[in-house]
Amino acid sequence: MKTSVEATEQVYEEPEMPEAPKQVNGADIFIQTLKKHKVEVVFGYPGGAVLPIYDALYKNPIRHILARHEQGAIHAAEGYARVSGKVGVVIATSGPGATNLVTGIADAMMDSIPLVVITGQVATTVIGTDAFQEADIIGITQPITKHNYQVKNVEDLPRIINEAFHIASTGRPGPVVVDIPKNMATSIFDTTIDIDQEVYLPGYQPTTKPNFLQIQKAAKAISTAKKPLILAGAGILFAQGSDQLVTFAEKYQIPVTNTLLGLGTIEGEHDLFLGMAGMHGTYTSNMAIQTCDLLINIGARFDDRLTGNLNLFAPNAKVIHIDIDPAEIGKNVPTEIPIVADAKEALEALLALDIPNVDTADWLASLNASKVEYPYHYKADAEKGLLAQQVLELVHEYTNGDAIVTTDVGQHQMWTAQYYKFNHPNNWVTSGGLGTMGFGFPAAIGAQLAKPDAQVISVVGDAGFQMTLQELSLLQEMRIPVKIIILNNRALGMVRQWQETFHEERYSQSLFMIQPDFVKLAEAYDIKGYKIETFEDAKVQLKEALASNEPVLIDCRVVQKECVYPMVTPGTGLHEMIGVKPE
Amino acid sequence: MKRIITVTVLNQSGVLNRVTGLLMKRQFNIESITVGHSEQPQISKMTFVVHVEDKQKLEQLLKQLQKQVDVLKVNDITEKQIVVRELALVKVLSPPTLRAEINSIVEPFRAATIDTGKNVVTFQVTGSPEKIDAFIDLLKPYGIKDLTRTGVTAFVRETQIVNSPQLSILH
Repeated sequence: MKTSVEATEQVYEEPEMPEAPKQVNGADIFIQTLKKHKVEVVFGYPGGAVLPIYDALYKNPIRHILARHEQGAIHAAEGYARVSGKVGVVIATSGPGATNLVTGIADAMMDSIPLVVITGQVATTVIGTDAFQEADIIGITQPITKHNYQVKNVEDLPRIINEAFHIASTGRPGPVVVDIPKNMATSIFDTTIDIDQEVYLPGYQPTTKPNFLQIQKAAKAISTAKKPLILAGAGILFAQGSDQLVTFAEKYQIPVTNTLLGLGTIEGEHDLFLGMAGMHGTYTSNMAIQTCDLLINIGARFDDRLTGNLNLFAPNAKVIHIDIDPAEIGKNVPTEIPIVADAKEALEALLALDIPNVDTADWLASLNASKVEYPYHYKADAEKGLLAQQVLELVHEYTNGDAIVTTDVGQHQMWTAQYYKFNHPNNWVTSGGLGTMGFGFPAAIGAQLAKPDAQVISVVGDAGFQMTLQELSLLQEMRIPVKIIILNNRALGMVRQWQETFHEERYSQSLFMIQPDFVKLAEAYDIKGYKIETFEDAKVQLKEALASNEPVLIDCRVVQKECVYPMVTPGTGLHEMIGVKPE
Repeated sequence: MKRIITVTVLNQSGVLNRVTGLLMKRQFNIESITVGHSEQPQISKMTFVVHVEDKQKLEQLLKQLQKQVDVLKVNDITEKQIVVRELALVKVLSPPTLRAEINSIVEPFRAATIDTGKNVVTFQVTGSPEKIDAFIDLLKPYGIKDLTRTGVTAFVRETQIVNSPQLSILH
């Protein structure tokens, strides 16, 4: 019986129908547009308002790094962008998700880091009604973004994303926020609309080519200068002009100093390099600024931590300022020769000329003598304990200056800038302008994702690390070999230093009586931890830890009462540095 | 120093907020601001009067405004040949016994009476801010009940005086 039934059973075949056009929504188009921009990794955290976007991401995957806090996600994206030169992409939900990004957005704005930040938003129908998880992120981020958008029609979505990538990555880079209301992500997108439309922004036309007359003026100033000095900033890194900088400096034998963020534009051990300038820079660099007769600023913004008292800054110098952002020129320092251009293009234009009579031999001789006379110094004392500077010198030695190094802000940052001599550009990731604690560790994760084969070291303080240490989960999850070096002085080091120096040692709220056991903490995340207390231990254990292929946390117990020197105290000129020589 | 600055902007939502937010962030003091459509669709024009400390600050202001993506053009027209106009509505106490007197004061200003009540009259006056100041000063003794000013809007004149001496009859 059974077989006969089977035999007579008719197989129903679906008639072939022409395939209905697949409906896509705003979220699908958003992911497609990201792919069009060759986005390889996004950093984010889901939530109600971005559910449609995460759903589209599920169907059409791009590598997504699930941070444990939105601030971790955005700092990781900053690290990724800084090292790779690509745009970092961040996604967070509306309300608290978006507001948790604010610190990172402001940080990226200050340090010109290209980010496209996507925030979810409540549906357009309820915007302005104090809906659940609603925050006016456009209003909040307007002063801390290069530009921001709220998508009000789904048809505009691809255009806005295209513009966001364009604005973030061209000219002076910076963060662009795109706020996508939930109903825009779910609205059906008319697929006849071209998502590759060319960007048309009549109000945004950055100048990249230098004015030739200005270049000639600069050349003339260089040829008549006796004591020219180059101040190299991060603008050179964004323009990928480090080679041109070094060629230019070598061709005319002009000494080079760096801003904090400009470190790496020239090799740390180059003969013409004087070290970093500014508050905790070398005495030689600062005196070079004060005595030079021509200051060639390339891609730096004369930040107050660099200039010290502006009225006393570079009193003898004629100033050439090359910057892609015209608003930076003349903002703080009067400039004789302004050049609005991309740093690399300006350097190439200068290199194309043959500038006669540049003789800096005497100037270099005196600077070289100063370099020998006034190096960075510290006094090691095994009795008192391990010094952060010793650790950093070892880190430099064990990695030959080839590692990518990230930091937060404070004493550990300054010591790293002083003692880690970078061989390559774009290996230095630090929070300069905003000075954000908790930046360094997540930034290292982003940096490692950008350069999986590079050695990435995150130098952090014990206080800053505790602000974003939840991202240890990412190391546990991805097993990427980030090395965390905690310079643990059981204090807010720089705050403590200022209290010691300027507030008669009243250590108000800057000392930590209680701390977690960082080694155990690492172990809780299945990460190997080391605790180093002496220089002898450091030599052995640091070497071992840095050689590992796994993530590692190294808790270096360093002397609490150590101060960063030399120092330009607030309100004084660069030549009035204190602590330039050992006592 | 007081400067008159015109800004041509793309008429995007939030553009006024961007411009005023920028001025606030950089600590510039706005005395007045007017916004309206221009002759081109999608493009608006703002005129504002600001106080700046010195030339360097002024340059910063112009450059920062120019940096905004939605800003197409920025002009400091203070030193150009310009037409500056402002409109004010002034409601003044005007009992019948004094009305003729007030009208005679108002007349040289070519102010229009746009509303009349039993004891009050509302005038509309246009002109340079100085003219409006003078108008208000003259009416003050009679008792101003309400006053609103639009803030200045300005235009560059077609013919500009060139600094070098010239023999044109146009000025």
